[in-house]
Amino acid sequence: MTLNVTINNESHDLSHIDPDMPLLWALRDHLGLVGTKYGCGIAQCGACTVWLDDEPARACQLPVGQLEGKSITTVEGLASDALHPVQQAWIDHDVAQCGYCQAGQIMSAAALLARNPSPSDEDIDVAMAGNICRCGTYVRIRKAIRAASDAVGAGVAFYEPADTPVPQEVLS
Amino acid sequence: MSASEMHATLKRRQFLQASGLGLALTAGGRVVKVVAASDTEPSTLSAYISIGHDGVITIGAPNPEVGQGVNTSLPMIIAEELDAAWSDVKVVSAPVDASRFGAQFAGGSLSIPMRWDELRRVGATARVMLLRAASEEMEVPAVELSTRDSRVTHEESGRSLTYAELALGASKLPLPDTDDLVMKQAEQYRLLGTRITNASAAAIAQGKPLFGIDVQVPGMVYACFVKCPHIGGVPVAANLEEIKAQRGVLDAFIIAGEAGPYQFDIRNSTQVSPGVAIVARDTWAAMRARKLLKVQWDTQPASSDDSEQIALAAKVAAGQRAQAKTISSAGDINQALHDAKTRSQAFYSADFVSHAQLEPQSCVAWVTEQSAEVWTSSQTPSAVDQLLPGLLSLPPETVTVHSVRGGGGFGRRLSNEYVYEAALISQRLGLPVKVQWSREDDMAFDYFRSALYLDLEAGLSDDGRVSAWKLHVIAGSTDQETANYGGTYRERDFPERRVPHYDIATTLIASQTPTGAWRAPFSNIYAFAEQSFLCELAVAADRDYREFLLDLLGDDEWFKDGDRNVLNTARAKGVVNAACAAAGWGRVLPQGRGLGLAFFFSHAGHVAEVAEVSVDKDKKITVHDVWVAADVGQVINLSGVENQIEGSVVDGLSALANQRITIRNGRIQETNFDTYPLLRMPKAPRVHVQMMASGYAPTGAGEPALPPLAPAVGNAVFAAYGERVRELPFSKAGFSV
Repeated sequence: MTLNVTINNESHDLSHIDPDMPLLWALRDHLGLVGTKYGCGIAQCGACTVWLDDEPARACQLPVGQLEGKSITTVEGLASDALHPVQQAWIDHDVAQCGYCQAGQIMSAAALLARNPSPSDEDIDVAMAGNICRCGTYVRIRKAIRAASDAVGAGVAFYEPADTPVPQEVLS
Repeated sequence: MSASEMHATLKRRQFLQASGLGLALTAGGRVVKVVAASDTEPSTLSAYISIGHDGVITIGAPNPEVGQGVNTSLPMIIAEELDAAWSDVKVVSAPVDASRFGAQFAGGSLSIPMRWDELRRVGATARVMLLRAASEEMEVPAVELSTRDSRVTHEESGRSLTYAELALGASKLPLPDTDDLVMKQAEQYRLLGTRITNASAAAIAQGKPLFGIDVQVPGMVYACFVKCPHIGGVPVAANLEEIKAQRGVLDAFIIAGEAGPYQFDIRNSTQVSPGVAIVARDTWAAMRARKLLKVQWDTQPASSDDSEQIALAAKVAAGQRAQAKTISSAGDINQALHDAKTRSQAFYSADFVSHAQLEPQSCVAWVTEQSAEVWTSSQTPSAVDQLLPGLLSLPPETVTVHSVRGGGGFGRRLSNEYVYEAALISQRLGLPVKVQWSREDDMAFDYFRSALYLDLEAGLSDDGRVSAWKLHVIAGSTDQETANYGGTYRERDFPERRVPHYDIATTLIASQTPTGAWRAPFSNIYAFAEQSFLCELAVAADRDYREFLLDLLGDDEWFKDGDRNVLNTARAKGVVNAACAAAGWGRVLPQGRGLGLAFFFSHAGHVAEVAEVSVDKDKKITVHDVWVAADVGQVINLSGVENQIEGSVVDGLSALANQRITIRNGRIQETNFDTYPLLRMPKAPRVHVQMMASGYAPTGAGEPALPPLAPAVGNAVFAAYGERVRELPFSKAGFSV
């Protein structure tokens, strides 16, 4: 029996993984995709937000066994080596402090702009209410989403990676 | 030169030589990886600075990064004095090594002030050596040369050389004398004070592996460690065989640890609570098996704390002020209160809170019979480096500690018990292991911000000024000798020095729950009481709080000249005036809406905040705007410091709204973010930050903007709604945010 799941546009057979295992831990421990973060395990914090068939979902609540035929996008697959306008806006507005929640924030924000490229302030609040930032970067997240919305509105799909040295501080 | 100065200079020179001053030009240019994923390729940074053939200037950031921005701000200080173009700079985390980098920790908002002189010297030393190398190369006197953007230029001839071209020659020169170093004046800064994007911003946005939880070592196994929910209890027996038979489980065993609740002791303690380790092939297998774990706990040695009983004991103690121990006084407090025109008394309280940093604790440890290596997001990696050899009975030189970015700190990662848990489990297995705490573990086994109770009484004279100030600090204590962490009053100068009669006393009440440093310890509660109560006095005197506060701050005075940790009233008045001007203090607001002001000095920072709130008939508070004026001296990274302050405002609001830890029979009742709510985006106010250009040396910004937030909001709630809130969180007084 195979368990075919598309992750970041690549097909994976996940039949060797415990079907009860939440996608979060399959991504992190078995697939080397650690951008998706563990924060609470009960769909309260949003740090593990991925896209399930283009809709934001909490990876801690998605047993791998139920994902046959589904398509998953993680932060690593949002723009491959380029930068999604939301990622670029996050850099431009220097959003992150510790940065732990930001992959989840970015996945929620990018999903919002995909279905509503010009969200109102209230739309933004509603779409982002499921993502906790303990450092309190909400002020900047709002600004970054508006900037990304402008970029999307101007037809920008992706940015080439910034010229500044990237990444600065990475585990090899 | 005094002996201690001599010693310091020698140490510095040894340090610079030992580190080769980083001008070591490494083959190939690219220099380091931060953390090796395996021990086959141990990559270390040998110094603060290295310059590659390709022009990349690699700068080591010496202190742990947990979101306070020091991996950007500290290298900026070096880059400024080096005159490096920031676009040439690559930041790496320095290795944990006290012999080269001194004490490496993140706490007390100290990273910037403790490194300020040292890092400027490092940058200036390298710059002088590059200048001298250029002087030799160009055969012109060094005084005719100038530096800018990673380049030395001889203006007269128009010739210039890059740092990359000069690095090899410079690395062969002797170190310049300290006397030959000329530091820049503030007006010469090109980098400091500007907005620089966090060095890890792109990596964070792309979801790169950065954090402690992301560390993977080949052959690594995964473990959870289950402790008694009644803090300090001991496992007597467990269904270990059943657990071991579970899918993916490799082993399960009891670690004896030390029974009983413990207190915060990062410098000396490697204490681990007793518990059951479940080791598995992956995180989920360990978590899944854990659901089936049955443990018989001996709760006799465990904490028996009850937070309601602690609060009741505090109220009783408040009524027995005569039995309190006076720690500071002046004048005749009783006579002054007797003579006062008006007397006010109020009892302020704050509950226990949890850190709830978003990344739950984890640690990877690899202990063999010969060596040990740990990867940790500790705020005190130096303490781990010192204590781990003793715990594992290994020679210090065989123990390596890697400092890895942490997903939030706020004081939680000052203690290292999860590191010691991982080390003990790995030692038993002889395998690399990642110990992963669940969110529930993290909330149950925190070193909490202690509850604190402050009883205040004051007298006002005929002219509406404070004539008497009486404070009774009631704090939990395990040993009845010293307050648990965060409960100790330390001399503050204000308002004491500005009132003729004062008396400060303390009473200790029994409390066993582990407590620790939570962002701006003591200040985060005391500021709420002090600034709320002073506002109460202003109301009683029928005076505007801004005018009352400025009058009380009085003449310009630095209560101890030259000591950054002591209040300077000129700077205090500066931020009060700036915040009020920005907020439009005094403007008329509609019914149900109000402005509140608070000022507080902590962690060497002078910060004033004005909050504009509205309160509806159901006591629901909306915080619309917060104006902050902060004086932390020379700004290093403007974007970084603004971010810290915006975050402090949100954090302060998050905590005051409805965060409280309740304890029953030694067991924490809240388990996760459903029962311990953090502020979400729709509730976040607009935050307006103004940094004061005061000309003082830089100090930290991680903490001092948090304490004024709660009293600013409380004072605004009073202005809007007419009710004085004296409890943290505000939900205890029936308010919601």
